[in-house]
Amino acid sequence: MKRESLVSINDFSKEEIIDLLEKAKGFEANPNRRVLEGKVIATLFFEPSTRTRLSFETAVNRLGGRIIGFSDAATTSSSKGESLKDTIMMVSNYVDLIIMRHYLEGAARYASEVSSVPIINAGDGANQHPSQTMLDLYSIYKTQGTLENLNITMVGDLKYGRTVHSLLQAMSHFHPTFHFVAPDELKMPQEYKTFCDEHGIPYYEHTEFSEEVINEADILYMTRVQRERFTDLMEYEKVKNVYILHNSMLRNSKPNLRVLHPLPRVNEIAYDVDNNPKAYYFQQAKNGLYARQAIICKVLGIDAD
Amino acid sequence: MNTQKKELAVAALENGTVIDRIPSEHLFKVVALLDLDKFTNSITIGNNLSSQKIGKKGIIKVADYFFKEEEINKIALIAPEAKINIIRDYRVVEKHTVTLDETLHGIVRCCNPKCISNNEPMETVFHVTQKNPVKVTCHYCGHSMQGDDITVC
Repeated sequence: MKRESLVSINDFSKEEIIDLLEKAKGFEANPNRRVLEGKVIATLFFEPSTRTRLSFETAVNRLGGRIIGFSDAATTSSSKGESLKDTIMMVSNYVDLIIMRHYLEGAARYASEVSSVPIINAGDGANQHPSQTMLDLYSIYKTQGTLENLNITMVGDLKYGRTVHSLLQAMSHFHPTFHFVAPDELKMPQEYKTFCDEHGIPYYEHTEFSEEVINEADILYMTRVQRERFTDLMEYEKVKNVYILHNSMLRNSKPNLRVLHPLPRVNEIAYDVDNNPKAYYFQQAKNGLYARQAIICKVLGIDAD
Repeated sequence: MNTQKKELAVAALENGTVIDRIPSEHLFKVVALLDLDKFTNSITIGNNLSSQKIGKKGIIKVADYFFKEEEINKIALIAPEAKINIIRDYRVVEKHTVTLDETLHGIVRCCNPKCISNNEPMETVFHVTQKNPVKVTCHYCGHSMQGDDITVC
């Protein structure tokens, strides 16, 4: 039985990504399978994240596994000053798999090096959140029928948004065209543009969120523009309402367009979009369950078929 | 003749290692990286000596000690032009340069305050992604650093 950790989406090859998407499809058809019978899985959330934790715990429960863990580090020994290493060493004695979220960047990589059981990174600070990327990929795959040759338009905070960075890297296997729509302060960082250049991926940058850009898109990936990201609050006031999607803006969009958002949304998608069949963000969150079931089975080397 | 005089500006060595051509501003970092402050051997340190190659240089002579390759290569990051002279019986019997390893363990400190390596009692690990000028990437948080951002532990 092959066991491995999942720390970054870059740990997976194109073939492994495709295989996981197929597995996720299988779990969607039949989510209740008792393949984790007799297994104990830890969910260690050093930083609260209700959505991610519930999704992972539902995935384990539907696969028949049992869960131990905590949802807030304030109630654990790390608040007494215990090191991450010691916590991981202790917990890995008890369980078959650790799913962890941490506020520090690189925490999951380090944990995977000291742990005797596989680690799934459920987010480490601003660094990586690979199960989010997998559910994004699965949502794109499901709604478009393919991952190849798609026009992906990313909107909002492209500077700090880890989900857009991971999605960009994961999509690089599949010949995408990117449109980056962001205010100057939150532009896509140069290292990711260089990454696109090195992989021969065409990309276009816009500061204006126009219907023209929307009408070309297959996927509109919206993110939140957060006030605290701005050094100049005048600048924030100027742009805060520029990157809001209203239903009327979708009138001439492609029939296959789907609007994605990692959630939580604040005001960047108007509520009148929710009833548009092109709005996909709630189903996207649901897809997280199947993507996470597939990931759990993969790291434990369990063939669920 | 002239060079000889310059070398003699710092006492001659019977047996041991001379580390030459250290950039002056990094001399004491080299001392720290090699743990020379914990040595009991005789050590002579010279600094701000003039060098045709690098302007101002520092030089370190350690008596009766010969560094292992992995030990001395640690300094390549801050003293890439350093020359290592092995001295036996007052003669230079071997000269070599230092090479930068592809992975640096416990040498560089990550400049990202939210990196796990700055918050746990652990050794830092960096990958050298570019050699000239040096660019390193943190194995844990993925942060890239170059130039003055690169600080040694």
